[in-house]
Amino acid sequence: MAAFDAEEGIISPGGIGFDINCGMRLVTTNLTYREVRPKLKELIDTLFKSVPAGVGCKGFVKVNKKEFTDVMLSGSSWCVEKGYGWKADIERTESYGRIDWADPSKVSEKAVSRGIDQLGTLGSGNHYLEAQVVHAKHIFDPETAKAFGIHTPEQVVIMVHCGSRGFGHQIGTDYLRVFEGVVKKYNIEVRDRELMCAPFRSTEGQDYYGAMACAANMAFANRQVILHRIREAFEKVFKTPAEKLEMNLVYDVAHNIAKVEEHEIDGKKKKVVVHRKGSTRAFPPGHPELCKLYRKAGQPIIIGGSMETGSHLLVGTEQAMRETFGSTAHGSGRTMSRAAAKKQVHGESLQKAMEKRGIYVRAVSMSGLAEEAGMAYKDVDEVIETVHNAGISKKVVKLIPCGNVKG
Amino acid sequence: MGKYKIIDDVAIADVAFEIYGKNVNGLFENAALAIFEQSADIRTIEGKKRESIALESDSLDTLLFDFLSELLYLKDAKQLLGKKSAVSITQSNKKYSLKAEIAGDTIDQRKHTLKSDIKAVTYHMFKVEKTKEGWAAFVVVDI
Repeated sequence: MAAFDAEEGIISPGGIGFDINCGMRLVTTNLTYREVRPKLKELIDTLFKSVPAGVGCKGFVKVNKKEFTDVMLSGSSWCVEKGYGWKADIERTESYGRIDWADPSKVSEKAVSRGIDQLGTLGSGNHYLEAQVVHAKHIFDPETAKAFGIHTPEQVVIMVHCGSRGFGHQIGTDYLRVFEGVVKKYNIEVRDRELMCAPFRSTEGQDYYGAMACAANMAFANRQVILHRIREAFEKVFKTPAEKLEMNLVYDVAHNIAKVEEHEIDGKKKKVVVHRKGSTRAFPPGHPELCKLYRKAGQPIIIGGSMETGSHLLVGTEQAMRETFGSTAHGSGRTMSRAAAKKQVHGESLQKAMEKRGIYVRAVSMSGLAEEAGMAYKDVDEVIETVHNAGISKKVVKLIPCGNVKG
Repeated sequence: MGKYKIIDDVAIADVAFEIYGKNVNGLFENAALAIFEQSADIRTIEGKKRESIALESDSLDTLLFDFLSELLYLKDAKQLLGKKSAVSITQSNKKYSLKAEIAGDTIDQRKHTLKSDIKAVTYHMFKVEKTKEGWAAFVVVDI
């Protein structure tokens, strides 16, 4: 992450990433693994059909250009108004699922036509939808876990990792080219062309900031539609309304985004453009931006590991505010390239081996599955211990995968 | 000299290609092939769907960046899964013009063996250069 003075600093599309508002979403259920296990295959197969994934997938929500503009402006609220979610989902989303400086006039036609059919889609790569189990020994902070809706050993939860799809990717691409002219205009030297930037207050900087917010809102909406589809899938498989299954959103948090926030620097409050790329916001208890529900406990942080080893739920701290502009890690990170992983393991055999270990996986691409093998990732527990011991977020619960949908 | 090779361990979460061509047209066609083969097993693509691309730029490297980005745009906006391309680049008044014909299929998850949904072409280490043997490029794509 990096933060720059909001008056004299810069904004960098490459410092945010092409997948604008790539993020995580965690949903509870009141089902235990014992109840889910007999129906696990049916559940994952249903989710695989309900949430399109992989190259060129289209979502089930069909919108026209006017409606897509509303999505750019309203994010999650648009979905809830259209019946794709619950009112309570909104406050359990970073920035309440809507960034209010979105400016659709700064978005290209190309970006719109790339993303208009992709609401409610996962994509591929390291994006996934995962069913996970909370074992009693993995509840590190029972009080905070309870505040987040995790209260019973062997409780099953659902995690989603995806972003703004082709829409955000195109906005990133468009502005990388725009900023190429900008660095010359403002005489800015960059070491890596990928990190080209513009003064935040320049026309180009503000144009990108407005377009980026459109992509961020689309990503909130994308994950909101996916949540709706997850609830529908559970209702179908368990023949019980999602409300009765207590399928509450724990939180939705972005890990590729830039925002103006107020932070204390050398004892003075200052407005800074916080770039979080592969970095999660980690606001502490009492932060005014958090909804009432989490004001006392602090902000939930969702950190994904590999599909074989597990993921974590943590909580934000004061120390993160003091030391890292209210930010922490976003995932375990790779230790092996995609090509190297594919040389060591085949998708089909990995799928079978995981099933033997109790993780049922459905994937559009078998080579894509091999690339995501657990051995290609760092040890998630080590990453979590590091951020926990550094004090920039605190462990709450570890989540163990039992089912996975991949692109 | 092959058409391209994947360079391991340059961008661990992404994919880096070193691309070769006897001439500029060949370099661009091989770069497109790298994108196509990263997206799907092209043996499962018939190649009956056609799309044309016309682009202009004041340098060859921005032209390549735009061309490859255009292929990703066509994948999402026109559902085009590319198999091969025919590229023709001309230069006049310091401007490079590209015309390309792309042959592929409409994406069909039942028919095609799909691989990665490439997010974007990055500028990280991006390079186009004249070599002793012809032309070479270095491209990292975001997966």
